Amino acid sequence: MNSNELPAAIPANSGSRGTMVESTGMPTQKADQPILVTENVTMQFGAFVALNNVSASFESNKLTAIIGPNGAGKSTFFNVVSGAFAPTHGRVRFQGRDITGMAQHEFARLGIAKSFQITNVFSLLSAHENVRVAAQMRQTRFELLRPRADLKDLIDKADALLHRVGLTGLRDKRAGDLAHGQQRCLEIAMALASEPRLLLLDEPTAGMSPEETLAMMDLITSLAEERTVILVEHKMKLVMGICQRLIVLHHGEFLAEGTPDDIRTNDEVKRVYLGQSA
Amino acid sequence: MRNAVLNGISRHRVAAVTAFLIVFPWLMPYEALAVNVLIFGLYAMGFNLLFGYTGMLSFGHAAFLGVGSYGTGIVMVHYAWPWYLAIPAGVVLAALFGLVIGWMAIRTRGIYFAMVTLALAQCVYFIFYKAESLTGGENGLRGIKLEKIDVLGLQIDLLNPTNKYYFLLIFVVMTLWFVSRILASPFGAVIETIRENEKRSAACGYDVARTKLVAFVLSSAICGLAGSLRALHLSVVPVDSLHYLTSGHAVMMALLGGMGTFFGPFVGAAAFLLIEDVVTNITKYWQLVAGAVFMTFVLFFPRGIWGSILHWLRHR
Repeated sequence: MNSNELPAAIPANSGSRGTMVESTGMPTQKADQPILVTENVTMQFGAFVALNNVSASFESNKLTAIIGPNGAGKSTFFNVVSGAFAPTHGRVRFQGRDITGMAQHEFARLGIAKSFQITNVFSLLSAHENVRVAAQMRQTRFELLRPRADLKDLIDKADALLHRVGLTGLRDKRAGDLAHGQQRCLEIAMALASEPRLLLLDEPTAGMSPEETLAMMDLITSLAEERTVILVEHKMKLVMGICQRLIVLHHGEFLAEGTPDDIRTNDEVKRVYLGQSA
Repeated sequence: MRNAVLNGISRHRVAAVTAFLIVFPWLMPYEALAVNVLIFGLYAMGFNLLFGYTGMLSFGHAAFLGVGSYGTGIVMVHYAWPWYLAIPAGVVLAALFGLVIGWMAIRTRGIYFAMVTLALAQCVYFIFYKAESLTGGENGLRGIKLEKIDVLGLQIDLLNPTNKYYFLLIFVVMTLWFVSRILASPFGAVIETIRENEKRSAACGYDVARTKLVAFVLSSAICGLAGSLRALHLSVVPVDSLHYLTSGHAVMMALLGGMGTFFGPFVGAAAFLLIEDVVTNITKYWQLVAGAVFMTFVLFFPRGIWGSILHWLRHR
């Protein structure tokens, strides 16, 4: 990252990091108010502009998909809104609050959870421990002398989440020994364990078999009934059936947004995307 | 059956290690060697908390062993503090050095972290080497006397090596308990996630930098205690306590015994010091043998002695 671009990206609120609120104790949101807003977000890597002036807003409790051909800037956008990168310019707001440039762990504590595009689990720990430790964040972080076996509710919560993603039978297996599709499900369980208000998924079906893909899509649909889900996906057909809104990026720029039907009939989208026989 | 026994041992790991350390002096050729294993085992254990469990390879842990020794030695020699205050003084001083060095070093990762800790430990070496009036400089700090202690009217003669061993063992057992509790705590879970995958840990909401710093300070405090006990054992603080070779010993002992295992550091310390003790009688180039053994383990048994035994027992 070009360090002399950074001052514009470091927000005025960086001084308040030490006094971050622990839980997601924000004022309750009206259903129609956007949960996440990006304002003129630009992300440059050296001379390369990966995202150019992207403004978008995401409504609460909806399943929105971000689509676009390869190199459209989807993953960069995902990384900006999930806290991995601070944008070069522009702002990101979550529930009305400016979160631009906050640290990764602060995003998680505010209630923004993500699953990675490349599978990312704690390989040597058991599947159950992976989820348990993710759930633990809401309760305790620096307790040194209390046995974690005493925190029964976390153990139960992890078991319930493993059940939800269909991994109950693999509870005590090392996460690194699970099959690829199972690791992706484990990641979802870990993301859910932090009780997110906003769940971000980066190509959750990448590398999955058709059956696993279907099961994952069902799971995502059911998750979206309780919270806001933003999905980054390359395969447009996959998301058309399940999402309520779509945002299309192209060459790092905002191209279109709307319902699946709007997008299907949008001429520009057809030109850049559907023409490639996606 | 075997697994039940293994699980039982790992559930009561503090008791198991304590039982072993109680009989240990009778297995050694002489007690001074047993005392050394105890002290260096503790040192390697403190190092292992950082290296084996948090995944941070420090090449500067001699700083904490040495500062612990000097801290205890200086307050006893220059200020006539009693031993029961001098030991905490050494530990606290080592933890403070750990806080400063850790604060600077955790900004880096991997090989850079190793190099930064090495460089900062060399700075500490130089400071103590130059502060001659306080530390004795090149000659080391001499005159730490602890010959007798008075426990509830009971006089214990610490010149007797067996008494000394069991006196030091009390501190080691307390630390074993402490480390075991840390590893079983929520915090212990977080440091393991950092070893496994730092990015993922941050995405789970854990402040990786702060957690690393806490682990670093805890590790330096434990190494400081080892240093403090060493000062009482040797009654001098040799300046090479702070030497980078001593940092290397922690790495070798932890790897030889089995990184990330509870008992491994003690096994590693015992193996290393036994090799030194036995081979020195034959040739002064004992490090050649130690180096060959070390390389054999790194190449063929990366789990270390104890780690390999555990693995073999579990998967046979």
